Parts: sequence; structure tokens; C-alpha cells
Amino acid sequence: MKKLIFFITFFIFLSNNYLLAVDKPSELENKIFKNLRCLICQGQSIYDSQSDFAESMKIVVRKNLETGMSEKDIYQFMKKNYGEWVLYNPEINKGTYLLWSLPIILFVIGGAIIIRKLGVFKK
Amino acid sequence: MKNKIFVTISFVLFAFCFAVFYLGLQKPNIYTPKLDKQIELPNFAGNDFFSGEKVISDNLLKKNSYYIINIWASWCIPCRAEHSFLMALKNKNFNLLGINYKDNNSNAQSFLNELGNPYSKILSDKNGVTSIELGAYGVPETFIVNKEKKIIKKIIGPINNENFNEILELIK
Repeated sequence: MKKLIFFITFFIFLSNNYLLAVDKPSELENKIFKNLRCLICQGQSIYDSQSDFAESMKIVVRKNLETGMSEKDIYQFMKKNYGEWVLYNPEINKGTYLLWSLPIILFVIGGAIIIRKLGVFKK
Repeated sequence: MKNKIFVTISFVLFAFCFAVFYLGLQKPNIYTPKLDKQIELPNFAGNDFFSGEKVISDNLLKKNSYYIINIWASWCIPCRAEHSFLMALKNKNFNLLGINYKDNNSNAQSFLNELGNPYSKILSDKNGVTSIELGAYGVPETFIVNKEKKIIKKIIGPINNENFNEILELIK
């Protein structure tokens, strides 16, 4: 019985070591993966997707990071090839300013409504 | 008076949001890239399908010549469907460059033996990096590159009769 427990523990230890040895994406890689849209399953980021093209994009991101490209450079590279659409965090420009400003506008208006209702500034 | 302004602003805001969402509903959810915009052909690299040598796009594509770059794979059924169009383009003496996407060499070879080889050069893209560098969306995909090395047309999916005539029209 003791031998069996020893072997099971030994096996778990070995397999665990093996799993740890597999190349895991770094934090930066994961951050970039989460911000790039999958080309095939368009509701997902490449982080979530396992489609062939998502896997290829991950390899390209890794390769570019290895050549010294920064996170921003990679986004620019992907944007050049696929357009703004490929980024989950689009930059502010004339096509997206409404997207960025609407939540702030709604927040201000909502705040104004609450303040009005509560009568904070009423004397 | 203040109340009236408040109601008006709320109504305008509501109408605006309604209009945005209503118009959003009319648009299809699936993104289709702009295919007719001229863009500079990105640099890409790959290994020669037959010799395995590393090839870069600058050495591959000569200026002052049109190129048709086609991404294909033996496992891709629509590639089989468009192959006759590619053979027809080859017979019209166009430069076809094939990119063999994530494929097994022997399967790809039997695909070409069976249906013919329309390409003047084939790059093997084992991990899909070349296709991403090119800005591809799927297999099959075809790029028409003009004499200034600009992509003037992208065909996502198999080439059909209409695309074929369009290619002939573009490369005169």
C-alpha cells in the first residue's frame, strides 16, 4: 500500500513538473491576446479562441515580441493588416470618439439626475 | 421651465440612443473588411514548398509585374472548387504565388498532382505566420497585387465566375 501511494505521489509530481515545463504565455502576451479579436469566431479574443488563425496570430505576437516590438507596435502591426476592428480597445479617433465619450456623458447626466433628486445643492 | 429643459434633454438622449441601436440592428454582425482599398503589400517570409529554403517577399515579387497570391490547403474543400479558375489564370500567363496553409506536404503534393499546379512558386506556411503577416482572414483567400506592389483586391473565400472576370478586368 505504501509503495502504491509512493508511486502515485511520484507520478503526480512528475506530471506536474511536465505541465510546468510547457511554454506558458507571459502576462504581457496574455494581455495582448485578450485585446486582439479572433478573425474566425468574431465574438472572441484570440486568448479565448483555439481556431487555426487565432493560434497563428498568437505565434506572430510571440515572434514580434521576441524581435523587440513593443505592445503598441504589435497593435499597430495588426491594425495595419486587419484594420481598427481587430483591436478590442480601439484608439480615440473621429470614428470612435462617440464610443469613448458616451459613457462619460451618460455618467455626468446620471449624476446630475441623482443630485437633482436628492436636492444636494438646495438651500 | 427647468423641468421642461430636463424632459427635452432626456427625450433627445433617448431618441438618439434609440436611433443608434436601431441602426446598429440593421447592420450585419459579421465584419467584412474593405476589400477594394489599395494597401501596401506587407513584407512576408516563408519556406519554399519544394526545396524548403527560406524566401522573403522582396526577393520573390518583382516590380512591374502583377501577381496573384492564393492561400490554399489540401484539406480545404472550397480550395478544390476554385482550383479550375486558378488553372485558367495560369493558362493566361499570370504570375500565381501559392501559400500552402497549415498542410501536410504529401497531401498537398497529391492535391497538386490530381488537380494541377497553377503556381509559379509555392511557400509552405506550416504555422500560419506568413498568412497573418499578409493580413489573411481564412482559407482560401486571394490577393491581387499590382505593379507597384499594392494589394488592389482581396477575395475572401473561393474564386467564382464573377471574381474571375473581375481579375481579368483588373489585370489587363
